[in-house]
Amino acid sequence: MNVPDDLLYTESHEWIKRENNDTVRVGVTDHAQSELTDVVYVELPKMDRQANAKEPIAVVESVKAASDIYAPVKGSVVEVNKALEADPSLINREPYGQGWIFVLKIDNADELKQLKNAAAYRKQIG
Amino acid sequence: MGDWGQSPTCGAHCALYSGSLVWRVSEAAPKKTPLYEEHVKLGARMVPFAGRLMPVQYTSIVEEHQAVRNNVGIFDISHMGQLIVHGTGARACLNRMLTNNMDKLDVGTGQYTFLLNERGGIIDDLIIYRIDEQKFLLVVNASRTDEDFAWLQKHLEGRSPDRPSGGLETAALCKLENRSADFGGVAIQGPRLIELFHALFGKDVEIPPRNHIIELLFNGADEISETDVSVARTGYTGEDGIEVFFRATDAVKFWNAALEKGKPFGIKPCGLGARDTLRLEMCYPLNGSDLSPERNPIEAGLGFFVDLSKPNFIGRDVLLRVKESGSREKLVPFRMKQKGPPPRPHYPVFQNGERIGEVTSGTVSPSLNWGVGMAYVSAAHAKIGTQIDIEIRGQKFTATIEKKPLYKKS
Repeated sequence: MNVPDDLLYTESHEWIKRENNDTVRVGVTDHAQSELTDVVYVELPKMDRQANAKEPIAVVESVKAASDIYAPVKGSVVEVNKALEADPSLINREPYGQGWIFVLKIDNADELKQLKNAAAYRKQIG
Repeated sequence: MGDWGQSPTCGAHCALYSGSLVWRVSEAAPKKTPLYEEHVKLGARMVPFAGRLMPVQYTSIVEEHQAVRNNVGIFDISHMGQLIVHGTGARACLNRMLTNNMDKLDVGTGQYTFLLNERGGIIDDLIIYRIDEQKFLLVVNASRTDEDFAWLQKHLEGRSPDRPSGGLETAALCKLENRSADFGGVAIQGPRLIELFHALFGKDVEIPPRNHIIELLFNGADEISETDVSVARTGYTGEDGIEVFFRATDAVKFWNAALEKGKPFGIKPCGLGARDTLRLEMCYPLNGSDLSPERNPIEAGLGFFVDLSKPNFIGRDVLLRVKESGSREKLVPFRMKQKGPPPRPHYPVFQNGERIGEVTSGTVSPSLNWGVGMAYVSAAHAKIGTQIDIEIRGQKFTATIEKKPLYKKS
């Protein structure tokens, strides 16, 4: 399972990429997309939406179930991946690339320290 | 995706089979079907279903679904229950327990029927095969096998159809056995079934006609050991198909032979996920979701399998009243008006702001690539073509009530 070294991770299977000082890009991991399989619908968060860490903010639906996607840290939504509306399976094909879900402007970069690094996430998913 | 803590597929599983008995029975360690090791070898995702570890998918629900629609797929159905009823009074006894008319059931054929409680509610939906004059095979839902057995035992065993008190002298009239642990089974379904059938059983062997069941000899891959299996031309997918039952000890041999001989026809092993999307496209009900002891066959739109002209069967008086006065609610298929979030079980259904029902099954149909489902709605709003609103996470999405089936081959 692909777990890139340069990303951060949550226990709930989101990946986080630091874009610059105060924004992060968020998606779901390769492991998550493989567990979900066949993503058929993505409910994107509303622009400017404020969310606390671990608050459900988006929904990814596969044939069999709907799964919540959580804000990894506190922040507000500044960008969403509209391409997923037309082609939700981008999440299956390119979970770390074209399948990203939203960009958060974060309040406090220190919160990122609580996220997992690649080694810790690899250990979690065994 | 926070609810993945305990088991990676728990959330998905609960959603897909919500309302079934999964969690009640899975508190004990789930049992395995005789094909468990084969599923694991094929990389299946195993989930507890009706007390057994079953494959929900091997590669992808959509791929497996398409294999059945376009080529051929094989499902492990060893979890399903097999009850045998035999004896001189078996036919008459069963005719008083089941809704369909067994006088129309010739030896070597099967029929879809219901086992009802006294309120007319559905204990189980099942297929009954007449194996010979006085012997019947009931293939029942895995989650209901024990309940069915207990209900039948309470009402059948040792009782003459005319002397409900029973007694020693009538004990041989109707005998009931639960043979579920002795049998394994697979469903082979898809347009290339006939080719695969001949590859498995021989090019001169005749395939049983629809709803018929026959005994056939099957040569294993080694071509030495011969074994007899029962082959029924039935299924739960809407495609041409057979269901094959064999001794549990022959399961691995048959499964692997079918996968091997099915290669030229594009066979795929298919899990419960594809089984669910395939049956929903055809509007075949799923017990525990669309059917329950609180629902009767008439409101479920399955009155065709109830023969009210029979003089007596459990639940008949209630169904007669329902038929006369009309049912309060009806199970209807629907299709979303626009591409959007898929409907799911338990989503509320509205019309003009008034709540009129609830979704019992829903998904994105892999054949149509569109949201479809079934819902119980009040009978006044159940007409084909009616617009309804499905509430999904607080937002309403329009859908149209459709005719069965939701998917038709072009």
